[in-house]
Amino acid sequence: MTTHHTDTSAHTARAATPAHHSPTVRGPLPLGADPHASRRNGQVLVGAGAVTAFVSTMLPWTWTAEFPGDLTIALYPAGLQLLTLVAAVLTAALLLASAGVRGLRWLTPGGKHSALLLMALASLAVTWYTAGAIAVELGGLVNLEPGMWIGAAGTLLAVIGALALPADLTPETGDAREPGPWARLTHALKAPAPGRPAPLPEWAEILVICASCALGLYVFAYGIEADGGPPFIGFLMISAFGFPALQRTGLPRRLTALTAKHRGVTLAATFVAALLFPITQSNEAYTNIAVSVLIFATVALGLNMVVGLAGILDLGYVAFLGVGAYTAALVSGAETSALGIHVPFWAAVLIGAAVALVFGLVIGFPSLRLHGDYLAIVTLGFGEIFRISVQNLDGDSGPNITNGPNGIPNIPDLEIFGFNLGEPHTLLGFELGRFANYYLLMLLFTAVVVTIFRRSDNSRIGRAWIAIREDETAARAMGVNAFRLKLMAFALGATLAGMAGTVLAHVEFSVNPESYKFVHTAPPNSAFLLIAVILGGMGTVSGPLIGAALLYLIPAKLQFMADYQLLLFGIALVLLMRFRPEGLIADRRKQLEFHETGQLDVPDATAQTTPGLPGIGKTEA
Amino acid sequence: MTTPTTTAAENPAPRDAGSAVLDASGVTMRFGGLTAVRDVNLSVRAGEIVGLIGPNGAGKTTFFNCLTGLYIPTEGTVSYKGTVLPHRSHLVTQAGIARTFQNIRLFANMTVLENVLVGRHTRTHEGLFSALVRGPRFRRAERHSEDRAMELLHFTGLADKRDHLARNLPYGEQRKLEIARALASEPGLLLLDEPTAGMTAVETTATRELVLAIREQGTAVLVIEHDMRFIFNLCDRVAVLVQGQKLLEGTPDVVQNDDRVIAAYLGTPFEGEPGEAEAAEVRAAEEAEARAAEEAEAATTAQAARADQPADAPEGKAD
Repeated sequence: MTTHHTDTSAHTARAATPAHHSPTVRGPLPLGADPHASRRNGQVLVGAGAVTAFVSTMLPWTWTAEFPGDLTIALYPAGLQLLTLVAAVLTAALLLASAGVRGLRWLTPGGKHSALLLMALASLAVTWYTAGAIAVELGGLVNLEPGMWIGAAGTLLAVIGALALPADLTPETGDAREPGPWARLTHALKAPAPGRPAPLPEWAEILVICASCALGLYVFAYGIEADGGPPFIGFLMISAFGFPALQRTGLPRRLTALTAKHRGVTLAATFVAALLFPITQSNEAYTNIAVSVLIFATVALGLNMVVGLAGILDLGYVAFLGVGAYTAALVSGAETSALGIHVPFWAAVLIGAAVALVFGLVIGFPSLRLHGDYLAIVTLGFGEIFRISVQNLDGDSGPNITNGPNGIPNIPDLEIFGFNLGEPHTLLGFELGRFANYYLLMLLFTAVVVTIFRRSDNSRIGRAWIAIREDETAARAMGVNAFRLKLMAFALGATLAGMAGTVLAHVEFSVNPESYKFVHTAPPNSAFLLIAVILGGMGTVSGPLIGAALLYLIPAKLQFMADYQLLLFGIALVLLMRFRPEGLIADRRKQLEFHETGQLDVPDATAQTTPGLPGIGKTEA
Repeated sequence: MTTPTTTAAENPAPRDAGSAVLDASGVTMRFGGLTAVRDVNLSVRAGEIVGLIGPNGAGKTTFFNCLTGLYIPTEGTVSYKGTVLPHRSHLVTQAGIARTFQNIRLFANMTVLENVLVGRHTRTHEGLFSALVRGPRFRRAERHSEDRAMELLHFTGLADKRDHLARNLPYGEQRKLEIARALASEPGLLLLDEPTAGMTAVETTATRELVLAIREQGTAVLVIEHDMRFIFNLCDRVAVLVQGQKLLEGTPDVVQNDDRVIAAYLGTPFEGEPGEAEAAEVRAAEEAEARAAEEAEAATTAQAARADQPADAPEGKAD
């Protein structure tokens, strides 16, 4: 344990004084007369708890395989047991790292005990949830095997131990009063920022990025495959505690620095990871979800360009997706199509994008003269006008174009270069089903939208958009033609949504006016798109992608709570706005905008994380 | 007002004086029944620093807004180098007039460098398409813009803060950044709206040096300021705006010795002023009060004198 004092590596330089140097800092739940004793006792307890939890996953937790995941077999952890196992192992690793064991110190460049506490909480949450779920589903605590009790006790022990450990940061105020337990708990969850990392060789940095992408793919695939019900809720719980724990360790920040340094490698690795997703899946149902997630995420990214960059609050964005989908449906040879023509897919994409562009210009031209709330209301109106028009163009109350409320069914599958996307194909020994084919096609579109987003953000046009968002009057005084640029953002967003819509029409076989409402219980709809952008983080690339994935997966997986879904999203959004208004993925600007740090933001000379300029990128090299 | 003026001796003579950069003629701005600016003529010649002063509410900023296309003047025209300017602020900037704001309006959540790069908007022409394609021309333009922006940051002394967010700069540096951002549009005329408001004496001097250096680079400057010492030390010519009308225009010497200017700032009573009767009443009451107090005081001193007389008498005699 004393090795910590000899830790001379650079990463402690910027972190606050290690807590055990200051005798006044105690954990939220001290176990011992003095801080040193409390620290020692806490470490012993966490260690014992983690080992106990680990052992318990090797024992059966219940007697019947009726509970999802089959938790009955000794020495064969499965389902929710695996999650406890992972949490226990990570808890133990963090314990060793925070104690300064050589070879593991890299795990915690930032916070040590705060990360440990959250990880212990993650294991507690998932294990106790499992116990509760078994008791409820099978009817009574009698269904718990001893292994379950051991697991519950072990995780509790680990949390108690983690609570005894001193906080990572010394309190800022020299307040003589002893802080209350709640204050000490919230303080114990705070972590210092990681210091400058020891330089890694280039190949190692690239390897780290690739490994992170692989890990991300694995976590996503696990989440998408988890059965709806207890296994998925367990996954959500471990994520809810595990990701903050990871954040506390400071590793994500280091990773951000690396990805900023190797942008190309990161993008390529992410793309490859996404490309590999279908071959990790054996079940078509999950690739179906994945392709829907991808479409939803792509449209959210398009909306992010309008909302996040140019600051135009568009509440009718889904209408452009609808325009693209209907256009593709009309020109792709569906039997009920009023046009009755069948153009090749590339032409359908171009026509869909062009029609959406025209709609964007037509709607944007009058409405973009308005600002703020008025603009939002007008776009909301236009979104509804689209849906209602489509509903009425059925031959009764207008020309028969869209087939009214029946929509256009039986849109044929795509055929690209004689390659029918509707049929399974074998590629390099991997079986790719219909949805996997569409997934790969959609991934291409997503890549295009990501490229467009990044390149336009990081240019004269993108800077003008952000300037308009920040202060339109000043932007105009600097020579920015605000109206024209806003119209450009609006129309570009519309075009991208229209493009995604053309794929959507084929994936879903049919188009129907009811899918393009302002708010609905299932994505995509305008409200959900906006939530995805805000939840994920405005103005970022990865934010809306992650937000959209969460927003699609949770309703798709937890169908039993469909009735309360909107209520739960509402609550989640309120909480998010209270505690993390910049969204899950914050760009640096937003983070500073919402959280006054009280200190000047001094950019780190080695790690530029500025989203932005080619010039900044240049100086890194 | 008693500042010694050494303008002519200290400031280098304007180069290339003569050709008018800015020519505002008959500018009138009415908001409903209120006439904020009435028939103001003002011209700024190349290489000149012109000051615009006047008491609060005289219409200085409104006049600026008319010049920069933020307001459309009710009457009158503004021309830049002989061409009449359109009433659109981005076109005015494109033509060559840049401005700063009285209350700083930076792009708070952009970095210092990005702020200046936005100022380059009218001098670069890379559209969305070239941004998406990223050809060599785009990269050259970006690089050139960045070099130019860095030059300006060096010029204003902000180069080492290029990656800071604008909102985190101290007040004085935010003012400087606003000037750098305005200069990025390569203006022929720079309009400064109270550039030294809230600054210390040292910062004010630095700003003065900066404005003189800007003029050295060939940009004419029109500046609104309340700091008379700053204005009279800096400007070649000063115009005084009072209640929306131009009262006077001339060299600092002429302006600072003009009674009307002093009166405009300090105010003079005049016949038939609304509230004159009340004022007279108050004055009369005050005078009466003062007289009463005087009398009372005289009485007490007299009394005291009488009371003290025996004690004081020998002294009085000694005198």
